Amino acid sequence: MSLQSSTGPAHARILSVGAFRPERVVTNEEICTYIESTDEWIRQRTGIEERRWADAGTSVVDMAEAASKEALERAGLAPTDVDAVILATVSHPYQTPAAAAILTDRLGATPAAAWDVSAGCAGFCHALAQASDLVRGGTARNVLVVGAEKLTDFTDITDRSTAFLFADGAGAVVVGPSETPGIGPTVWGSDGAQWEAIKNKQSWTEVRDAQAAGGEAVWPALVQEGRSVFRWAVWQMAPVAQKAIDASGVAVEELSAFIPHQANMRIIDAMVKQLGLPETVPVARDIAQMGNTSAASVPLAMHRMLAEGQAPSGGLALLIGYGAGLSYASQVVVLP
Amino acid sequence: MAQSEQEILAGVAELVNEETGLPVESVEMDKSFTDDLDIDSLSMTSIVVQAEDKFSVTIPDEDTKNLKTVRDVVNYIQQAQG
Repeated sequence: MSLQSSTGPAHARILSVGAFRPERVVTNEEICTYIESTDEWIRQRTGIEERRWADAGTSVVDMAEAASKEALERAGLAPTDVDAVILATVSHPYQTPAAAAILTDRLGATPAAAWDVSAGCAGFCHALAQASDLVRGGTARNVLVVGAEKLTDFTDITDRSTAFLFADGAGAVVVGPSETPGIGPTVWGSDGAQWEAIKNKQSWTEVRDAQAAGGEAVWPALVQEGRSVFRWAVWQMAPVAQKAIDASGVAVEELSAFIPHQANMRIIDAMVKQLGLPETVPVARDIAQMGNTSAASVPLAMHRMLAEGQAPSGGLALLIGYGAGLSYASQVVVLP
Repeated sequence: MAQSEQEILAGVAELVNEETGLPVESVEMDKSFTDDLDIDSLSMTSIVVQAEDKFSVTIPDEDTKNLKTVRDVVNYIQQAQG
């Protein structure tokens, strides 16, 4: 008797992309009613002109569902064609079960395997790496990869360093078999020594203990050390993106798009400079309209670039996600 | 090799100029980065990271917060090179 192992197609690619942007546009002027700031200050520091906030009745799963439906439709696939669903998020408000299982049921994709990925703003690029290898290993044929966040549930709108930054939204892609390479090697890693650079203000057990002691529980909103994150993102992540380009075997001039996590326009600009990216390569700047949507930002930005013709279908795009952990992942992909 | 105060000042002024476009001669020892030169924390971080390269020193973020004036930076680099 010999054990069988699975084998899959030689290559995988992104078949389609879908997006959900909440209806409500929140301007910098509105943000300035919660914190002492100005439109000019916010634009200068972050490049954010406006962002979208989901209403109270809209959940991470609701947004994920909308983005997933568009991705499935564009791929020409039925929900039953999907055999794995990976959802990257840091703002699904249940520790368990995974939002992906609920999403799978909503879509009618049951009994697809379903799990969440917690890798902060790098979650989508981690999930994409998993999906690519699942397809190529023969474990799954079509994988739905979603980044969905309702960061406003974990934002202290009186915090002068984050209130203007965080926002809500979802993006989804379907990854399936391909005759030609569609997802390049992933360059990834983590640095847990810096875990406090981006985190919830408190753990759930600290919230519980404060309540039990009769004290005031502090909501575990997200906090970040802007300066440390900026330094790490620009000077350590640009070399990671370069490694992903090198690993993919393409020249930087061949890229049709650079789609970094939409953390802050200043980080994006500094990263472009550090990378020495030619001016001919279009850069995703979805943050101006969407703010920072963590794990949702890369697929949302990809969706906008394709929808607005900033990047061509079939072109090569350099993706990089980086954030809480600290964790990061980068790869070159063929745009759907 | 330790550099003179004037050499370090000239080097810092160049970095400030590259980051912000401010003329090098406006970068004087007693100028405050935030109040006089209007440099925010992210630009300051860029300048500090590039200063680390240029002067072969290490300037951690917790120390960067205390560097208020051009003189603070020049003295810090000089001591670190010591």
